[in-house]
Amino acid sequence: MFTTQMIDRLWQAFFDTLPMVSVSAGIAVLAGIPLAVFLVTSGPGGIFAAPRLNRVAGTLVNGFRAVPFIVLLVALIPFTRLVTGTTIGVWAAIVPLAVSATPFFARIAEVSLREVDPGLIEAAQSIGCRRWHIIRHVLLPEALPGIVGGLTITVVTMIGASAMAGAVGAGGLGDVAIRYGYQRFDTNVMLAVIVILVALVCLVQFAGDTVVRRLRAR
Amino acid sequence: MDRQVTGQSAAFGQARVFGAGAAEAVSAPAAVPATAAATGARSAGTVRFEGVGKTYRAAAGEVRALDGIDLDIRAGEIFGIIGRSGAGKSSLLRTINRLESPTEGRVLVDGEDVARLDEGGLVGLRRRIGMIFQHFNLLSAKTVRANVGLPLLVAGVPAAEIATRVDEVLALVGLEGKGDSYPGRLSGGQKQRVGIARALISRPEILLCDEATSALDPETTLSILNLLRDINRRLGLTIVLITHEMSVIREICQRVLVLDRGRIAEEGPVWQVFGAPKAEATRALLRPLQQALPEDIAARLGGARRSLRDGTLVELSFAGAGPADLGALAQAAGAGLALVSAAVDRIQGHAVGRILVVVAPDARIENLSALADATRVLGYVHDTDD
Ligand SMILES: Nc1ncnc2c1ncn2[C@@H]1O[C@H](COP(=O)(O)OP(=O)(O)O)[C@@H](O)[C@H]1O
Ligand SMILES: [Mg+2]
Repeated sequence: MFTTQMIDRLWQAFFDTLPMVSVSAGIAVLAGIPLAVFLVTSGPGGIFAAPRLNRVAGTLVNGFRAVPFIVLLVALIPFTRLVTGTTIGVWAAIVPLAVSATPFFARIAEVSLREVDPGLIEAAQSIGCRRWHIIRHVLLPEALPGIVGGLTITVVTMIGASAMAGAVGAGGLGDVAIRYGYQRFDTNVMLAVIVILVALVCLVQFAGDTVVRRLRAR
Repeated sequence: MDRQVTGQSAAFGQARVFGAGAAEAVSAPAAVPATAAATGARSAGTVRFEGVGKTYRAAAGEVRALDGIDLDIRAGEIFGIIGRSGAGKSSLLRTINRLESPTEGRVLVDGEDVARLDEGGLVGLRRRIGMIFQHFNLLSAKTVRANVGLPLLVAGVPAAEIATRVDEVLALVGLEGKGDSYPGRLSGGQKQRVGIARALISRPEILLCDEATSALDPETTLSILNLLRDINRRLGLTIVLITHEMSVIREICQRVLVLDRGRIAEEGPVWQVFGAPKAEATRALLRPLQQALPEDIAARLGGARRSLRDGTLVELSFAGAGPADLGALAQAAGAGLALVSAAVDRIQGHAVGRILVVVAPDARIENLSALADATRVLGYVHDTDD
């Protein structure tokens, strides 16, 4: 069905997609969680209340969320070149992926953080927690199941987006599907890519769900 | 009051007690060794309110939650705050550790104006004031140990010391062996014990309780109240507690404040306030506790005597001045004395409550009046044969 050459190519593509998704997911977590914490704590009545900055950040996040990924991909090309020195390949795809995933993930994490019972924050204040302690010992741990659930959604979305990045020359599974499946009418390759993507998504979802279940079981 | 030791030595005294009497902490509060003297308790733990007012400004408008509160809470006492829902109880309590800031007046803890503290000072103040909550407010992601140890962890206490102190305080509240559980696995009573342990681990001078037993069943409520009383005696710390249950006040408080729409309705020793309530707000709160007149008697009750056989229904109120002397009552009333209902409680060594009796038509009511703090003829019970 497949030549060994094609199997190599798919294998290679798979190993391009993995770092694309995982590195940009890592960046999304590192940048998105502080952003989410800021969005929650800087609101009116929050422990770091700064309503004006809060509104600016909220608007910025909404702006990035409003731009479709494929547009962002193109629009960010100068920025990508600045950061990575190139506009093609895995590393060049990571920049727009991370930029799009960060506000996406931050909004989901924000919802979980907002759901933390205000009574817990009050209790923490009453035992002499400083604001930083409240973030570290109350907000983040209590919201963790929701944050992990949100990360799962983010990664699944990014797997899809990474296939799109492939279409503009980033490599990865999307690239193979377009070049061989679409441009050369090789249906088998197309199907193989779909199967791999579906398997990957299922695996991520399963892993995420398992972690969330463990966390919630406490 | 010969307790004058402060600071280090008081803390040390506590440490000793935490370890020593741990086993009987819950089961036998009565067997606990005499406290203040044994531990060298502190003189700190006073709260003074001076003209405290609080207005909440929300989008929906202004709410006047507290108005002109002048009040002194003494070191080492158990002070109760009652009032109907929305009276301002929580607002008042929360000004003590500045979870809420008054809009007028001052709150002084051990003479220190809490409004003047910077963040560091506020954190220090809160470490001297423990607080427990109706819904416990435990961190679900942390074990019991981690919840209880958190106040020390954030205060930078070394891990080894945290571990020993967590053990001590868990023993004090009767939760040995539960340290590694998550709060989600505990019963309501156990959760509140964790809350108490967390509040006590910093060795506070004051413990604030906001409806701490309101989510618990009556039996668990009693065990938590016993624990609070025990802690108060052993550690000599001041307890300020809010409740809407009169029985809680009667059970453990020495003095009580009745709040009504943000103002002080009345304040005083529990036996006095409950025995002879002066404010309408207090009477309204106490009313559910009073037994209603039995229906058959109510049906036969009239304002005037109809026949010579009509007995007189008399209410004897006891407000704590003397004992409810039944022998003397029987003697004064003579033959034909019938007890209708009696609800006399002993609060802080004072007989408080009321007795309803029907006395024979020819009994001399004047003779009864010396036996109680107030005597009142409620009416005449008509004979069924009429
Ligand atoms: N954060 C707040 N914002 C606006 N109004 C409040 C707030 N907290 C309490 N109140 C109002 O203040 C009054 C007193 O509330 P509270 O102190 O909680 O009473 P209690 O504890 O006696 O039930 C109530 O009318 C309540 O609605
Ligand atoms: Mg309240």
